[in-house]
Amino acid sequence: MSDGPVLRMESVRKTFGDSVVLRDVDLEVAPHTVTALIGASGSGKSTLLRCANLLEEIDDGAIWLDGEEITDPRADHDAVRRRIGVVFQAYNLFPHMTVLDNITLAPRRVHGVSRAEAEERARELLERLGLGGKAGAYPDRLSGGQQQRVAIVRALAVRPRLLLLDEITAALDPELVGEVLTVVRDLKEDEGMTMVLATHEMGFARDVADQVCFLDGGVVLERGTADQVFGDPQQERTRRFLRRIVEAGRL
Amino acid sequence: MTVTKDESGQEGADDKGDMSAGAPKGADGYTPSERRLERERYRRARARRATAIAALSTLVTAVVLYLVVVSAPGWERTKETFFDGQYAREALPKVLEGLWLNVRLLLICGVLVLVLGMLIAIARTLPGPVFFPLRALAAAYTDFFRGLPLLINLMIVVFGVPALRLQGVTVDPVLLGGAALTLTYSAYVAEVFRAGIESVHPSQRAAARSLGLTNRQALRYVVLPQAVRRQVPPLLNDLVSLQKDTGLVSIGGAIDAVRASDIIAQRSLNYTPYIVAGLVFVALTIPMTRFTDWVTARMDRQRAQGGSI
Repeated sequence: MSDGPVLRMESVRKTFGDSVVLRDVDLEVAPHTVTALIGASGSGKSTLLRCANLLEEIDDGAIWLDGEEITDPRADHDAVRRRIGVVFQAYNLFPHMTVLDNITLAPRRVHGVSRAEAEERARELLERLGLGGKAGAYPDRLSGGQQQRVAIVRALAVRPRLLLLDEITAALDPELVGEVLTVVRDLKEDEGMTMVLATHEMGFARDVADQVCFLDGGVVLERGTADQVFGDPQQERTRRFLRRIVEAGRL
Repeated sequence: MTVTKDESGQEGADDKGDMSAGAPKGADGYTPSERRLERERYRRARARRATAIAALSTLVTAVVLYLVVVSAPGWERTKETFFDGQYAREALPKVLEGLWLNVRLLLICGVLVLVLGMLIAIARTLPGPVFFPLRALAAAYTDFFRGLPLLINLMIVVFGVPALRLQGVTVDPVLLGGAALTLTYSAYVAEVFRAGIESVHPSQRAAARSLGLTNRQALRYVVLPQAVRRQVPPLLNDLVSLQKDTGLVSIGGAIDAVRASDIIAQRSLNYTPYIVAGLVFVALTIPMTRFTDWVTARMDRQRAQGGSI
């Protein structure tokens, strides 16, 4: 189980009406590695993550999680999602629940963990992410960075096999970005969490990713280690994209 | 996510120049793979099986229901009293004639109720100390008319107002009955609207106000559209209920569908006309429900992010 890739995509195609968002995407994510998806807005990074979590039904191709094809129509979607944690760009916390209830909902209702145990784990995670005092607060009372960290805790609380992070810093101001990225970096180093993240933070991607994939025109145009993609991009389009990023002062 | 997609239009536009083979829609030489075809075959088979199961279970349920009803000891007698074809044929034209009154009442009262209910709801949610009397009045109105039984309200208005012998005030039972219905239902609908207004997340109001919209503009352009959209099902509920209650206007002597069936039933001692009137009301409700379902589903489709959940 730990030898093969955690997530594998083959020839994935996804269209919305007439627009082809993913044309032919192949991807392999090895255990305990971090894959960063980069590319212009609208290049399909978010869609790719949503497909991996079966929030979108793909048109063609196949996706495997730990060697099991999850895009098979016979697959149990809920069982697949139980093994994948997702953090959304807009947090998507439940506003009618306290932070603690947000986090313990899935462990208690889906995984059958006792309340005491779920809350203990939640508090431990909150503590680690510097949110120890916020367990009883409601999401709307928290800052963006705090909300995003709660969303990360919520995804982690079920001990997922794979964590999908969808531009989790896009809605945050620079100070809070650092706060959230530190959390992700720690997750990689301390827990060896397997992660796929869509991001516009190139510096962060270079820093934390084992594999960088540049999405363009519905395919993974270029992939490699961070050094390869950022240091010596082979494709003209990648070079142009990175040049624009550098000009914008984001690398 | 939405933001990303909005941006994508622009980004895509300036990228298009150098994507020679790329994305002109659908024309990217794509042919479905064997895997996709197999999946689609499987889904079609599943859909066929689901349809077959649904049809079978419907049939079984229908047969069981039929047998239960027909084998009841009093069925023969009941059939004569409630399902007599001849009385049904006799009652139908009269009932339909009466129904026209119900429909007119529904349309006119419905519009009045929506307008009045909305005004009361807005009055209740107006901020600022100046509006305190208005808020209090609106609250008192809803409290009173939601609590007052409709029948009593109708009797007071239909019999009480003519008894005052006021100059220039109508004594027409239909108009007075309609007024009473409007009074009661405005109170219900006001609460539905108010619940809708309060269910819109405060951040929406904050966003609108931050754009410089006044409180009134924020309400008009941002809050109310979302509130009304959310409250369509409960509003429809109240309208259907209003439609049935238009029959109560007959206590003042107006002949609507219910009263028309009542007249025949009293004369013939056969209850079939009631069944006819009941079915006519049901038949009136169903298209209305389906229509609003269709409208709301269409609005959802236009807005939603998509996905299989």
